[in-house]
Amino acid sequence: MAAFEIGQAVKVRAEHPLRPQPIHIRTPWYLRGKHGVVERRFGEFHNPEHLAVGQYDTPEVTLYWVRFTMDELWAGEGSYGSNDSLIVEIYEHWLVSQF
Amino acid sequence: MSHDHDHDHDHDHHHDHDHPHDHGPFQPDIKEPTEEWEFLEIAMRELLIQKGIITAREVEDMIEEWDGKVPENGARVVARAWTDAAYKARLLADGNAGVQEMGMDLPGLKLVVLENTPKVHHMIVCTLCSCYPRTILGLPPLWYKSRAYRTRTVREPRAVLAEFGTELPDSVEVRVVDSTADCRYLVLPMRPEGTDGWSTDELARLATRDSMIGTAQALNPEGARG
Repeated sequence: MAAFEIGQAVKVRAEHPLRPQPIHIRTPWYLRGKHGVVERRFGEFHNPEHLAVGQYDTPEVTLYWVRFTMDELWAGEGSYGSNDSLIVEIYEHWLVSQF
Repeated sequence: MSHDHDHDHDHDHHHDHDHPHDHGPFQPDIKEPTEEWEFLEIAMRELLIQKGIITAREVEDMIEEWDGKVPENGARVVARAWTDAAYKARLLADGNAGVQEMGMDLPGLKLVVLENTPKVHHMIVCTLCSCYPRTILGLPPLWYKSRAYRTRTVREPRAVLAEFGTELPDSVEVRVVDSTADCRYLVLPMRPEGTDGWSTDELARLATRDSMIGTAQALNPEGARG
């Protein structure tokens, strides 16, 4: 069922849906369009974008841990070390494969 | 006369101060205007009580129950992991099962325990709101929910750590974990050096709340920041 493998390069969808589309989106804005690597898979969870509007029967989605380098996110404009990184949980429908 | 704050001072009674009549930088006891969400909470609570779905006593009991959840619970988990290698392995493999052994639970959420090492330092933030392992660490500190912490931690973690008094060498990888969804995180800080033979009760006192969020390391054996 899971679409992505551990270690796979992925990109977060660069979409910015606004009301009245789903608004309880758990993909932080600052990660949209950024490239990362799948680090871990957590299994299936209900989609919070649906739960938030009372839809409890929609299919579950796979939740991943995706790791980003700080340079990918901030291009040097931050206070971090060269090895520092960021890990975020992201649901499958927010990820696309990058070959 | 009504006590408006814009009244002028040409009336004849004596004032023992002649500066404009503001009351200085006091924070009002009651914030005005009442915010929409406050009305919503009051209305919802009163309706639920009126309809007999919950009682006022139950609301108070729940508040007391949550106030009773404190970081010392998480510290017991950490201290046991420091002294019991098999327990630590189970805790890292399955955080929920690990804390259940210590009488705690996170219903409906996945607990991930992140081990700090000489090479990797984890630091937790929730940029979207205030996700926090509340049943293990209690209610989050105010700064955890502040916009400054939430926005800055993902972008300038080293600067934020420094403001917490935590300076890490460049050779350590700072791994910021943004808690966005169904996982909750507990940082397992490194066991302080010089604590060989300490009991779990003694060790637990060194595992501070901040060390389990990752803004600090565990205290040193003297009880000071390491």
